[in-house]
Amino acid sequence: MGKKILLEHVDVPGIQTLEVYRKMGGYQAVEKALKSMNPDEVVEEVKKSGLRGRGGAGFPTGMKWSFLDKKSDKPRYLVCNADESEPGTFKDRYLMQRIPHMLIEGMICSSFALGARTSYIYVRGEMMYVIRILEKAIAEAYAAGLLGKNILGSDYSLDLYVQPGGGAYICGEETALLESLEGKRGNPRNKPPFPAVWGLYGCPTVVNNVETIADVPWIINHGGDAYAAIGIGKSTGTKLISACGNIKKPGVYEIELGVPVEEFIYSDEYCGGITEGRKLKAVVAGGSSVPILPADLILTTANNEKRLMTYESLSDGGFVSGTMLGSGGFIVFDDRQCIVRNLWNFSRFYHHESCGQCSPCREGTGWMEKVLHRIEHGHGKMSDIDLLVDVAKKIEGKTICPLGEAAAWPVASAIRHFRAEFEEHVRNPDSCLKKHLHREAALAH
Amino acid sequence: MFFSESRIKEIEEIKKRYPEGRHKSALLPVLHLAQADHSWLSVDLMDEVARLLKLEPIEVYEVASFYTMFHLKPVGKYVIEVCRTGPCCNVGAEELIHHMEDKLGIRIGETTSDGLFTLKTVECLAACGTGPVLQIGPEYHYHENLTPEKFDQLISELRAKA
Ligand SMILES: Cc1cc2nc3c(=O)[nH]c(=O)nc-3n(C[C@H](O)[C@H](O)[C@H](O)COP(=O)(O)O)c2cc1C
Repeated sequence: MGKKILLEHVDVPGIQTLEVYRKMGGYQAVEKALKSMNPDEVVEEVKKSGLRGRGGAGFPTGMKWSFLDKKSDKPRYLVCNADESEPGTFKDRYLMQRIPHMLIEGMICSSFALGARTSYIYVRGEMMYVIRILEKAIAEAYAAGLLGKNILGSDYSLDLYVQPGGGAYICGEETALLESLEGKRGNPRNKPPFPAVWGLYGCPTVVNNVETIADVPWIINHGGDAYAAIGIGKSTGTKLISACGNIKKPGVYEIELGVPVEEFIYSDEYCGGITEGRKLKAVVAGGSSVPILPADLILTTANNEKRLMTYESLSDGGFVSGTMLGSGGFIVFDDRQCIVRNLWNFSRFYHHESCGQCSPCREGTGWMEKVLHRIEHGHGKMSDIDLLVDVAKKIEGKTICPLGEAAAWPVASAIRHFRAEFEEHVRNPDSCLKKHLHREAALAH
Repeated sequence: MFFSESRIKEIEEIKKRYPEGRHKSALLPVLHLAQADHSWLSVDLMDEVARLLKLEPIEVYEVASFYTMFHLKPVGKYVIEVCRTGPCCNVGAEELIHHMEDKLGIRIGETTSDGLFTLKTVECLAACGTGPVLQIGPEYHYHENLTPEKFDQLISELRAKA
């Protein structure tokens, strides 16, 4: 059993309540930070911990915090990104639903470190019931003097609010999220300026993922060095992995970074192997945006090294033979799954979710969806395959936000690793593994 | 009258979450309340939201039309939103969606003639480990690990309740 930082008490009855959460040691980090540390010391511990953003990009959290413009006399904001909409990712929902106070404790400690007096948790609107759970927990925290004026008798005061989204994947992108929080359409902003200088209402702002913020109390309690001692190299600490697809035990697992991918898929402690004794065909390891890898390359790198669940090992081989840890959305495909059909599905997702601001993304995602639709439905041409690669290339790097890359990488990688399956669809459409499912009207939009 | 007195009070409370002059931030939360009360957002209703928040009507329309949770046309009493994204399809969402259409006798996007059910597909609901999944507003409860049998039972329960 690996070390548990976030989920150690997840099964304790009543852990959703302040009373039980405190009994299990909750809110000690708030006491420690507010009574015996100054904000810069908290930032320092987070730097030492090596914690990297758990929302997908893996940017060092302490460094991001130190970019916050503290010279400005404007208010500063901390905004928690709980928009969780990347296909395959469902860890933040689990954490907020099961241990809401852990996020609130993290928000208090992190807001203190950043000097924020008002903070927001932006939760995707579909998770209305999670919003109610958080609001209840926040009310408990106010009643206990953990939020509001002069927290625990200190001179630090903080107000914390939950903001609902309205159904839009793009609002997970941090500047689109800030636009949305300002009551606007979720169109990402041009950067620079970055949120650390020009964020919410034009004020210095840090946006962090739910899991990132939930890691902070442990780091305060045990020290950055203790956190850095977990994991391997620059992949410190633990990571929540949401595992789904054709595995025996889908769910949210907290792993110490460094567990071998093979162990994660096959051991009973985690996914428990492939369902119905089928064979592993492919894995999308970090949410739908990261490159898909066939079974052999997800288990071992191109240099024949065991692939590990770390930022570095998963990206070993770059885009030729590697992928990314991303958000930790781990999607497993067995040998009955059709790569072309899945890619068409993902392309439809990105087309649907493009905000429409940049033409390469708005037009390109629609074009890729159309071409994939015709290949999947038996009207494809051989030249369509290279056309897809070409369109993907022309989106990548040419948009205001990385939704363009998120849409392009799955296409490029699926064709790189499964070109024969695309060719077979063109030559012999009836060969599609999921042919019997086609009923166009039902899934058209 | 679009909003009850207690709703108006609630809206005033929501406005206090944001700094002076930033009440536009209240738009999404208030649109959710408006839809919960009226099931969909008519132009008149959006104009009333604009008036309450001291915004131009266009500021409300452009936001309501951007976010997929807001219905800009009348919908059935129960809006059934089923996930159609990849991971759910790995575990049977496509077959289930066909079954749902057959069971209700409508296609995606349509409403049953008794006005009870509207069927919609949505993108990933962050329940990929417990798919197939659907949710029903205005509470937006998740119904997870769905099978055709569980769906049929859900429909019977909703019909009995209506
Ligand atoms: C299209 C798109 C969607 C994103 N969705 C999310 C999301 O749902 N949750 C999240 O935490 N980060 C998401 N991100 C990443 C955020 O922009 C940002 O990097 C993150 O919230 C920073 O937090 P972290 O440093 O703690 O990871 C998304 C990025 C893009 C481009």
